[in-house]
Amino acid sequence: MISLAWAAAFILLAPAIGGFIAGIDRKITAHMQGRVGPSVFQPFYDVGKLFEKEGAMVNETQRYYVLSYFVFAIFAGALFFAGGNLLLVVFALTLAEVFLVLGAYSANSPYSHVGAERELLQIMAYEPMLLLAVVGMYVVTHSFDAIDVAGFPTLLVLLLPGVFLGFIYILTFKLRKSPFDISTSHHAHQEIVKGVTTEFSGPNLAFIELAHWYEVVLMLGFVFLFFAASWIVALIAIIIVYLLELAIDNTNARVKWQLAVKSSWAITLVLGALNIAVLYLIGRA
Amino acid sequence: MAYLQKSPWIIHYDASSCNGCDIEILACLTPMYDVERFGILNTGNPKHADIFVVTGSVNEQNKYVIRNIYDQMPDPKVVVAIGICATSGGIFRECYNVAGGIDTIIPVDVYVPGCAARPESIIDGIVKALGILEEKKAAMATGAPAEVPAPAVAAGKLAGGA
Amino acid sequence: MDSVQFLLFLILFPLISALFMLAVRRDTDREWIVKLSALALGAVTVLLLVTQFGQGTLYFGFNAEPVSLLMFALEMVISVIILWFAVRFRNYLVIGLTLVETALIIWFESAATPAVVVKNPLFLDQFSIIMALIVGIIGSLICVYSLGYMRHFYQHHTGIPDRTNTFFIIIFVFLSAMFGLVFSNSLTWVFFFWEVTTLCSFLLIGFTKTEEATKNAFTALWMNLLGGIAFAAAIVYLTYQPAGMLGIDQVLVSGKALVLIPAALIGFAGLTKAAQMPFSSWLVGAMVAPTPVSALLHSSTMVKAGVYILVRFAPVFAGTAVGYTLAFVGAFTFLIASGIAISQSNAKRVLAYSTIANLGLVVACAGIGTYEAIWAAILLIVFHAISKSLMFLSVGTVEHRIKSREIEDMNGLIVRMPRIAAIMTIGIAGMFLAPFGMLISKWAAIQAFINAPFGLAFVVILVFGSALTLFFWAKWMGRLLVITPDAENVEGLVDKNEWIALVSLAGLTVVTCFIFPLISAYLIEPFLLANYGSVANLSQDNIIIMMMMLFLIVLLPLSILLPHKKARTLPPYMGGVETSHDMHFQNALGARTEMKLANYYVGSWFGEAKLAMTGICLCSAFIVLMFAAAVLGGGAFL
Repeated sequence: MISLAWAAAFILLAPAIGGFIAGIDRKITAHMQGRVGPSVFQPFYDVGKLFEKEGAMVNETQRYYVLSYFVFAIFAGALFFAGGNLLLVVFALTLAEVFLVLGAYSANSPYSHVGAERELLQIMAYEPMLLLAVVGMYVVTHSFDAIDVAGFPTLLVLLLPGVFLGFIYILTFKLRKSPFDISTSHHAHQEIVKGVTTEFSGPNLAFIELAHWYEVVLMLGFVFLFFAASWIVALIAIIIVYLLELAIDNTNARVKWQLAVKSSWAITLVLGALNIAVLYLIGRA
Repeated sequence: MAYLQKSPWIIHYDASSCNGCDIEILACLTPMYDVERFGILNTGNPKHADIFVVTGSVNEQNKYVIRNIYDQMPDPKVVVAIGICATSGGIFRECYNVAGGIDTIIPVDVYVPGCAARPESIIDGIVKALGILEEKKAAMATGAPAEVPAPAVAAGKLAGGA
Repeated sequence: MDSVQFLLFLILFPLISALFMLAVRRDTDREWIVKLSALALGAVTVLLLVTQFGQGTLYFGFNAEPVSLLMFALEMVISVIILWFAVRFRNYLVIGLTLVETALIIWFESAATPAVVVKNPLFLDQFSIIMALIVGIIGSLICVYSLGYMRHFYQHHTGIPDRTNTFFIIIFVFLSAMFGLVFSNSLTWVFFFWEVTTLCSFLLIGFTKTEEATKNAFTALWMNLLGGIAFAAAIVYLTYQPAGMLGIDQVLVSGKALVLIPAALIGFAGLTKAAQMPFSSWLVGAMVAPTPVSALLHSSTMVKAGVYILVRFAPVFAGTAVGYTLAFVGAFTFLIASGIAISQSNAKRVLAYSTIANLGLVVACAGIGTYEAIWAAILLIVFHAISKSLMFLSVGTVEHRIKSREIEDMNGLIVRMPRIAAIMTIGIAGMFLAPFGMLISKWAAIQAFINAPFGLAFVVILVFGSALTLFFWAKWMGRLLVITPDAENVEGLVDKNEWIALVSLAGLTVVTCFIFPLISAYLIEPFLLANYGSVANLSQDNIIIMMMMLFLIVLLPLSILLPHKKARTLPPYMGGVETSHDMHFQNALGARTEMKLANYYVGSWFGEAKLAMTGICLCSAFIVLMFAAAVLGGGAFL
């Protein structure tokens, strides 16, 4: 069943949580690099500043695409935290991403065009694994609903270790971290200038950043599902996973999209599909 | 809240610099000086930037580029000219191919002389620029024109072709 | 009106229209006939829906001997026509295949004893109603569209004689055959109508009479003839069955083991008709035909006949090795055709491969044959027919305006042809984006595959194929939506008839998404209940959520109209280089250059030659396995 309270909590709190995570991200990254780094509230200052900038755009439709991306990213997350159908969550998230891509295409700019193409390649790379993660959860819990998966008594990661590892692999794509930040990147990383977000500025860029925070919280919610049987373990797992992503981000260079796509597909097949197949074989399906 | 002051993103352009000032600017971003503490990010995309950091002087080729990057930055924005070449042309001021400092093309808010300018001076200049940025934002809010209109630049070479 | 009268009207009325078309001399007369016929067919199919949907399955028995004899005579006529063409063009393969098929037809006609005659040659159930709606509504709209398209076609090809009348005659005959196909319970009748559609397809692909068109028409012909031979062989086999099982209803209630061999043969026939690998090249080649032909035959109706018969036989396929191998043919066709579509820059080829892929998904569902899979299959059929025909018609209109079928030439179409581009965007969204129809169908397919035995392999193929489809659709959509400043609006005078069809289909795309719960509840679920004893559907919550998404998508474009400060327009970033308004700049050597953007096609990964070969080998292997499974598990022959 749907829990509107959780959905509302997500809608209201996720920006704060997401921004805070982004701030801690930069702080830890800075320390990994031997620096002091900005305040943990820096992402909030960034978004606040962007809202204060002039709303100049390349064309009138950009506002619509960014708004749609924002709305559907929230929609996907709200549906997830309300306990809804996980497949629909993934589809809604994909819809949101496509709006961002269309916004980048509309700008008629070489950098945002390449960014858009790479974003599509990225989606093509990680979507099979994302869907297989959901499928894996269904195979074990016999439900597609997040509420049922979260209520499953056993730690899912014990039955779905391969799927979990595959999910971590594609999490790098979703969090826009090296080595898979091929379409746009964080902080001061440059990728074909700013890739998919090149032609967005001011409030539009602020909304994109906020939508990304919502997405991050949603993705970490997925990580939570793998450990949902014990909230404490889940929280610790989320922290460890995020630190792992940071470590990977800071020790790897960006790869070419060919390698990103191929490796992602290979991991999906070997870790994801095989894991689920084994579940059928041992009768835990 | 003074967001602009807390989150200034820069775009760094080397007009015709010998790279001496540029190296010093990049040094500011290294762990030694770590300007990211102030929320400063080198974004490299004018549409995302608040502060235009320019080194080197203006010549026939780069005056259109400087103008283009400046125009693409959303308001409020400030320009910081780093190094004596950007300030006034430096030792190349009398050269036939140098038009002068950046202020011959776009309005400059902060000048950071030096050859090469030290990171400490650069950071000091940026911090001064932050104050000006906040002033401009306040002016924008009241509807006053954001800045002095820039000197006119002749239309680009596109009209005539090669 | 008595139920059977609806059926007879739908089958016979288009023939009357075809007859009238013979006498037409003036454009206005032709318009009247086509529009009236379209209106009649559309209205009667809707009437059929409204009066018959709650009636369950109805069988119409009558003495069909004279009709069957007429069909036999007509089948001979068809063979003669095909032979005439084959001899004229010296196509020995087609000559050989036609002779084999004709021999088989004569065999089963002469071997048929009174015991095998089907007592209820016509029937009507919810699935027939759905198929009839597709033929009646979409087919009629395409006919209306064709008026504008063919007029424009001949205006620009003044050298060749105007054969618009012939075009419409063949289209009407085809519509009649399609109606007959979906209302026939007797397999010999299905076969007859099947062959009529093969002939119509052949004539329409070769309509422009160019060398390429003729060659592709013959390719389509021999592949479909292969299918026809398989179908005829199945009928021969069934003729010798003790109980006489030439009716679909009889086949479905018989023991599976008895009918595995004919099921495999008819499965093969369905594969050729639906252009599954290794028989996909005919559909790609058929793109040389005028666009209405591609829209009508080769995406929404004729190829659907192929999967239609497979869905009819799904209860036989369910749980058998024959069914699973058939499903793998469909699944791998889906995966590989989706991959090839990425590398294609010609819009019609992309649409062709996408059609092949979606049909593959339906075949996979039919082969698996569980009630959930059939629910997904029927949804796929409905939504695909609407969206794909919309896409083909849009591409046809665009082609007439910009004189090109290349996706790259459609760059910035939203500026040059705003309304058409908006319609195309709806069409493309309908093909892959939530919450539109195809996404709903794919969702249903995932749930169906997961619950089927050994379904994991299909799920994996589906999620990969689905990611591939997203790539090629989204990049096409992006191309359309580029805002190129200074581009000239060339939408101009798009023919009114074309507008009617395009707007109606775009509206249908959106409306069917809103009403699909009703379609499911009143048509598909009763059908499933009757044939499987169980129903499938999406939970109430999920339907509500999809409605929300749909609302949002409809509302959000209004945000463009929201009051806002007039914002400064910035040019795109070109590394600081100054650009003119139409994106020209001075390059490093001082020459004026235009910035051009193009999509990724990744030919090295998804190139047609390599991938098609993989598909052909893989699917051929599965077809061989399918027949092996049928023979090893099947009953005695003769």
